[in-house]
Amino acid sequence: MSLPLNNNVPLAEIPALVFPALLDTLIMVGIVMLIVVLVGIPLGALVHNLAQGGLFENPALHTTISWIVSIGRSLPFLILMASIVPFTRFITGTNIGIAAAVVPMAIAGIAFFTRIVENSLRGVPPTLVRVAKASGASPLQIIRTAQLSEALPSIIGGLTINTIAMIEYSAIAGTIGAGGIGYVAVTYGYQRFDNTVMLATIVILVATVASVQLIGDRLVRLTTPHSRTQARLPRASRREASLV
Amino acid sequence: MISLEQLTKVYGHGDQRTVVLDRLDFSVDAGEIFAVVGPSGAGKSTLAQCVNLLERPTSGSVLVNGENLSQLTEKQLRVARRRIGTIFQSDGLYSRRTAAQNVALPLEYLGVTAEETRARVAELLDRVGLAGKAGHYPHQLSGGQRQRVGIARALALRPSVLLSDEATSGLDPDSTRSIVALLKELRDDLGLSILFITHEMDTVLQVADSVARLDHGRIVESGRIVELLRDPASGLGRALRPARSHESAPADATEWFVSYTSAAVPADWLTRLAGQLGTTVSLLGASIETVDGATVGHASIGVAGANAEHLISVARSLGLEARPEQAAQPAEILEPVA
Repeated sequence: MSLPLNNNVPLAEIPALVFPALLDTLIMVGIVMLIVVLVGIPLGALVHNLAQGGLFENPALHTTISWIVSIGRSLPFLILMASIVPFTRFITGTNIGIAAAVVPMAIAGIAFFTRIVENSLRGVPPTLVRVAKASGASPLQIIRTAQLSEALPSIIGGLTINTIAMIEYSAIAGTIGAGGIGYVAVTYGYQRFDNTVMLATIVILVATVASVQLIGDRLVRLTTPHSRTQARLPRASRREASLV
Repeated sequence: MISLEQLTKVYGHGDQRTVVLDRLDFSVDAGEIFAVVGPSGAGKSTLAQCVNLLERPTSGSVLVNGENLSQLTEKQLRVARRRIGTIFQSDGLYSRRTAAQNVALPLEYLGVTAEETRARVAELLDRVGLAGKAGHYPHQLSGGQRQRVGIARALALRPSVLLSDEATSGLDPDSTRSIVALLKELRDDLGLSILFITHEMDTVLQVADSVARLDHGRIVESGRIVELLRDPASGLGRALRPARSHESAPADATEWFVSYTSAAVPADWLTRLAGQLGTTVSLLGASIETVDGATVGHASIGVAGANAEHLISVARSLGLEARPEQAAQPAEILEPVA
């Protein structure tokens, strides 16, 4: 089979094709991540504290929520997306476009992020919860100051991984007409064998993922006093010397 | 003042039932430092958690200034906990907060205004000698400095009782000494009752007025430090100042173990003993020091050809108790805790 060259998108038109698609992807992932963070952080904190040794120890409820989360985690995204179409239509009134993609992506993302938050909280030394209690903290104050705040760098690191996974999911959602860069890659690059468009989408995806990783790493550094103060050490010690 | 009355903690039921604390009874007066020592698994950490109300006792009570704190609801407990300051092991600081922000925690939880908090935190950091380190993060502080931050934080809400839960464990000897000095100073200035839980006998000797030994959830021995040290029959006294190995006596002499049992031991007791016995007394090993202004100690001596009963009575007249070395029981060494 020969490739009909005249069917391909001219080079000059590629930016007009991929950049709006990139914007769609960013909007889609942005909305999803907002929902994921708003739901995933409280849910992760809840799961962590329902577990043995947590603030609201409750094995039955912990097992139930944990199972639901695990089900959300175990389905491949394509299958999850296809299986909840009626639910998506009920929520958004449609099963195509950005709105329809956001629902399954948010569900998969929340399940993913809940585990990330739970795992990050597990890394906080248990002494800190005792310190907070002994200092007279309420359960909410304990969760905010002794758990989430201390785990913040780790949560941000997880959030970076999660965001990148969502960019990947958005490409899969593109196959069912959700729009975005994945949609372009599938319709032009895959179905019409337009290698130039395919290459352009790959370059854009790699650049996007790399940028997200870079921003994530930077935020982790900024929220970790250890690495932040190391980077600033020469200036800090100079200031101290001038004070003496 | 804090008192425990018949404090008991039991974990599990039926066959799994373990009594971790068994009817503990003691009190710490205002201005007193009371140490609880014991091997790992004796129930020290459970005791700490019952005292700062993180764990509810199965029965018995914890009283602060005469008020029973162990029968409160969860919400009342949160308020009651503020009357007891707790110093944790040196890993108890929030890593993402500066020294000042760590000290401010209890005030933040209470809802104190930012302005008041700032003033109080500055005062507290100054009090523990860290005024210049307010903006430092825990990883920029030494172990001893971190523990000073912990002490300042424990004092933030002006408690009358301070609980030190292995606060000097893991610190080097110099830091331990400076923390101990700070605690004594705070005790004197603020009239605190300090309950000092530790496995380190050396530190107990430096810090405490009284000591209790916890073993298998029970207090097996307790008393004023000096009295325990002057009582040759006290296992805790021996554990506090264990006899080290010493030289062996000359061939014609027998070995005796002599310990200080009164405040009136003359400094030249060795010469006097030899003079009154009319024989040679050789010093094989000794450890004498002052604890809280009182001289305590023990010595191993070699005595050539003296009547045993005569020696014992002469020693008694000098304020010493003498026993043939073979009968001296080895010190009970408390196993160290990691």
